[in-house]
Amino acid sequence: MGSTSIEGASSADRWYRIITTACALSIPLLLGFIALQVFVGAWPAFEKFGLSFLTGSTWDVGAGEFGAAPMIYGTVVSSVLALVLATPLALGVAIFLSEFAPPWLRQPVAFLVDLLAAIPSVVYGLWGIFVLLPVLREDVMPFLATTLGLGNTPLFSGPAYGNSMLAASVILAIMILPYISAVAREVLMAVPRAQREAALALGATRWEMIRDAVVPYARSGIIGGIILGLGRALGETMAVTMLIGNRAELSASLFAPGYTLASVIANEFAEASTEFHTAALMACGAVLLVVTLMVNMIARWLVGRVAREGR
Amino acid sequence: MTVPAPRLSTADRTPSQDTVGALGSIEAADYSFWYGAKQALHQVSLQIPARSVTAFIGPSGCGKSTFLRSINRMNALIPDTRHEGAIRLDGEDVNGTSMDVVQLRQRIGMVFQRWNPFPRSVYDNVAYGPRINGTGSRQELDAAVESSLRRAALWDEVKDRLRDSALGLSGGQQQRLCIARALANQPEVLLLDEPCSALDPIATQKIEELLYELKSEITIVIVTHNLQQAARVSDRTAFFYMGRLIEVDATQSMFTSPREERTEAYITGRFG
Repeated sequence: MGSTSIEGASSADRWYRIITTACALSIPLLLGFIALQVFVGAWPAFEKFGLSFLTGSTWDVGAGEFGAAPMIYGTVVSSVLALVLATPLALGVAIFLSEFAPPWLRQPVAFLVDLLAAIPSVVYGLWGIFVLLPVLREDVMPFLATTLGLGNTPLFSGPAYGNSMLAASVILAIMILPYISAVAREVLMAVPRAQREAALALGATRWEMIRDAVVPYARSGIIGGIILGLGRALGETMAVTMLIGNRAELSASLFAPGYTLASVIANEFAEASTEFHTAALMACGAVLLVVTLMVNMIARWLVGRVAREGR
Repeated sequence: MTVPAPRLSTADRTPSQDTVGALGSIEAADYSFWYGAKQALHQVSLQIPARSVTAFIGPSGCGKSTFLRSINRMNALIPDTRHEGAIRLDGEDVNGTSMDVVQLRQRIGMVFQRWNPFPRSVYDNVAYGPRINGTGSRQELDAAVESSLRRAALWDEVKDRLRDSALGLSGGQQQRLCIARALANQPEVLLLDEPCSALDPIATQKIEELLYELKSEITIVIVTHNLQQAARVSDRTAFFYMGRLIEVDATQSMFTSPREERTEAYITGRFG
């Protein structure tokens, strides 16, 4: 902080401070610069289509009509469904590792779960195409539609192609699981021993201790981890593009192909020739940027809150 | 914070009021305890009469806390520990196969050095024990909370803020809240592990007065570093040194005419 420095060292100190300050400032500046560029690039689309860019459901490059509602819908639905699938599993893993696993098992299992985050997105996509899609098409989708009789409900109706919102959600769930699990594990292990002992000394069983003392204490951190996972899911591009079917159509059915903001950018950027097409893709990027930034900020705030309370 | 749903199926775990009576005597017979390869207690044999205050004194690392935590099996949380010999509560081995550890910990309340209320309301803290142990109805809980807070001499200070977070109370109040929380289970025994070491003298005095009030109802065992406190609150004092019980006697005799030289050295401040 700004304390007066000793004579003679002051010049070196000043330079040191200037350089480190410049380094520190460069990151937010870079972020601001990227955001600015995206919004400048997107401006023609926002100006021309206005709010209908967000609400319109027709994405017709040839006709020059760009409504991103199917992509926004696809992004949100695939990410939220991924959260619904991943969260119970991730919490189960985290609670097992922090509360039940013997110490010799804890490290290896935690390492393997964390390793899921290291698999390249395109490998997930490839695995999804050759392993996940056949399983979904031949086993899971018929099971949901016919065996469970859900085929008449809007969510599970229509033909089972494989490429679908459901496929994208499943692959996203696997991809975000390590993030949720790692954060949850950390915050669970950070719950003070005194809290655990308080519950046990009152005659709580181990399960009651976890339910009443450990999880509530870690709750906002766990929520932060889930939202961090949501942030990952919203922006994930490659694996989703390979599995979601890439059709800009609003459909309630999870069996139907969909589209996301990230995958439309990835698919169409190279071929964008008209000014408005480019601007529309930039606008997709802008929407995605705002949403993910907000989600990440909320997540960080929640995780930080636990750390502060834990002190 | 979420409130656990009351579960009536476990109602049989609640000790009934009329059995609290003269119960609560503790007896250790040749009790030894190991953390891994390190022996922390050497053949401790000790009688703790019901409805009295017994103080454990001794220098740090002498085993007094280990012994205290053996009584309600809190040491079982630490991996790689073992014991020999027995500790009996009302004649029943606390480590026996027929002893349910959950029930044991309801019969033996515990208060820790650092107060550890749950980050919930005052009410929910006190109601926690009765809730998990099956007290279902709202009236019963209200009554249990009020009587426990009164017994912990905290009711008048918190009766208008039962719904406020327990973490908003002062340190001394939080510690008395922890005592109230333990009392809500209607235990026969209350174990206190240096309950006042982080409190100012006024808060300490309140807790000492409280222990004096409580000893007509339950057995109290207190670990303390503060010899004056041991002299003030306890009927009997046990002196531990290097994992061994050196001497146990009526507090007055212990402090005026200790039998053992090491006890005298410790209480006169020559070591420890």
